[in-house]
Amino acid sequence: MTDTNETRPQMPLGLAQRGYSGVIQHLSAKDAGSALSDIELESRLIELGFVEGARVEVLHEGLVGRDPIAVRVDNITIAVRRREAMAIIVA
Amino acid sequence: METPLLHLALVGTPNSGKTSLFNALTGSRQKVANYPGVTVERKEGFFVTPLGRQVSVVDLPGTYSLRGRSPDEEITRDFVLGKASGETVPDLVLCVADSTNLRLTIRLLLELKRTGRPMVLVLNMFDIASRRGINVDAERLAKELGVPVVTSIAVRKGGTADLLTLTDEISARLAAEPQENSWRALSVAELRATQREADRIIADCVSLPSRPDTWTARIDAVVLHPVAGLLVLALILFVMFQAVFAWAQPLMQLLNSGFDALGEFVHASLPAGLLQSFLQNGVISGVGSVIVFLPQIIIIFLFILLLEDFGYMARAAFLMDRIMGGAGLHGRAFIPLLSSFACAIPGIMATRVIDNKRDRLTTILIAPLMTCSARIPVYTLIISAFIPARDVWGFINLQGLVMFGLYAAGIISALLVSFLIKFFMLRDYAPAPFMLELPDYKMPRPKSIAIGVYTRAKMFLHRAGTTIFSMMVLIWFLASFPQPPLGATEPAIDFSLAAIIGKALAPLLSPVGFNWQIAVALIPGMAAREVAVAALGTVYAIEGGKEAAEQIGQVLATKWSLATALSMLAWYIFAPQCASTLAVIRRETGSWTWMAVTFSYMLVLAYAASLVTYNVAVALGAG
Repeated sequence: MTDTNETRPQMPLGLAQRGYSGVIQHLSAKDAGSALSDIELESRLIELGFVEGARVEVLHEGLVGRDPIAVRVDNITIAVRRREAMAIIVA
Repeated sequence: METPLLHLALVGTPNSGKTSLFNALTGSRQKVANYPGVTVERKEGFFVTPLGRQVSVVDLPGTYSLRGRSPDEEITRDFVLGKASGETVPDLVLCVADSTNLRLTIRLLLELKRTGRPMVLVLNMFDIASRRGINVDAERLAKELGVPVVTSIAVRKGGTADLLTLTDEISARLAAEPQENSWRALSVAELRATQREADRIIADCVSLPSRPDTWTARIDAVVLHPVAGLLVLALILFVMFQAVFAWAQPLMQLLNSGFDALGEFVHASLPAGLLQSFLQNGVISGVGSVIVFLPQIIIIFLFILLLEDFGYMARAAFLMDRIMGGAGLHGRAFIPLLSSFACAIPGIMATRVIDNKRDRLTTILIAPLMTCSARIPVYTLIISAFIPARDVWGFINLQGLVMFGLYAAGIISALLVSFLIKFFMLRDYAPAPFMLELPDYKMPRPKSIAIGVYTRAKMFLHRAGTTIFSMMVLIWFLASFPQPPLGATEPAIDFSLAAIIGKALAPLLSPVGFNWQIAVALIPGMAAREVAVAALGTVYAIEGGKEAAEQIGQVLATKWSLATALSMLAWYIFAPQCASTLAVIRRETGSWTWMAVTFSYMLVLAYAASLVTYNVAVALGAG
């Protein structure tokens, strides 16, 4: 990853505010508390383009509990609940 | 010379423009059915190549991988691998990509290549990509991927010419290529590696513009705004409701009077007797009472397909996800439930947008609880006969308030039932996470929309002509046999099997305040809820049927107690008696069990609600 990102603290995407922009450091499905199994969740996130090094930006959030969030992943937009987004560690 | 049919299969991620490519290739030469044993829609179409080769093409459900995490995706995997029962292995797989968004498709294609099927990558929506300054080096891409690459613009005339030519070229040398399947489910590490490989290839072959699609960003700033977005959604829904109820009315009346006139014509031109009664009351008014809903179904699907094509549906699901999540419903269940206010049939058909099987099943089970338009004649009749038209608290009309209460009761009970289903029946089931691509907005394509609406309308009419028709004939038979003896003065229905059944049912229904006449009216009411109104008229020997609703009301007001009327209203909130809805549930779930479950749970709810209503009303002195 780039130098600028190493100086920023790592955090789960599930805690990010609207307007947050960063780069995916790694996936950590066991921290998400999703109903899916770790392997299943990780596979699905990868299939939607959430892989290490991808640039993400939180574009929108829902009304109730600021959930779900709409995330720009490189050049597509994915809607995901914060619970599942906890598995995506960004900086 | 007769060459065998060439079998193509379209594979791609959701939103890759697969369906519009399918429509562009085949036009209206499409067959829509279900795959055997599953509720997944199977769309097959036909076309002829420039060299005259007959081609069949199957539009497989959209998928991001071959893992098969839903019944739809399993179909796609099994079909490509040639394991789908009763299906031919595709001669050629067309992997369809949205040219503006290649990442996920290239990864899918790398996985597909392992199946050994001959394959072509179709760069669809190439015009949009060029306009946005996305440059794809198709030749280099073909070399890197090891499969032919062709560009296409599905929405433009002649936009698929290259694809057609290539199909001819490839089909000429198909047999020579050895086919070996080395595919197996990818591990997380392999998945990650293929995505890396895909990203490397894209970096080599595609130059992305610095500017993203500004239109999508601008629209989303409003449409996905937590407050403004919900207002926009409410406005869209309001227009949709208006369209379904107001715009469809003239057409529905036209159809109605058309069927009435046809019935009159049959009545006048045939001698009185069984054949006349069968054609007029069984066939024409029975099937007519269902076909009358065709305009509503067309309008609903027009809206749904337009919003889907535009890219709004995913946004509506995004906005409603948490709000509906409280009741255990998926965000995508929103539109089907909404459609059910017009009629549960298009609502249940629209549950196909829910990709998770269990979420879809829950939605199907509760859709009939939404107050459909067929309940309105029954509600109006009883409310106007029994509820005084006075104001409460000075400004609210009591009749309107009761009507609103009936709608609210339907919605609340639907949410409760959904909650209970999740809690008891599908308890072992983890809720599907909401992970959805929000595609860039695109102008809806009129031709594609037209084909979509046409296919739905055709399916609806086909059903009206088969399942519903046979139900109508059965109900007519019950209401007409045996024939009354000569010189009988009572209405003919009094002597029929329906009356015998009604009288047999009466003891069961007396605890809820229903007399045998109501029990009889409920039987033809199985055909369609509003038929009960006409049936009540017949039973109470009133001339004129539906048109004389006010007159029926007067008679009812003298014959029923208020408690019975309220009990009847409570019954109709839940009443499962709509043969067409049950038939659609059977078809969409592919099982008689779920049809029986729906019927039984609604019957139990109807009985319980009526029982409570009647006894409370009697206790309060309304008996």
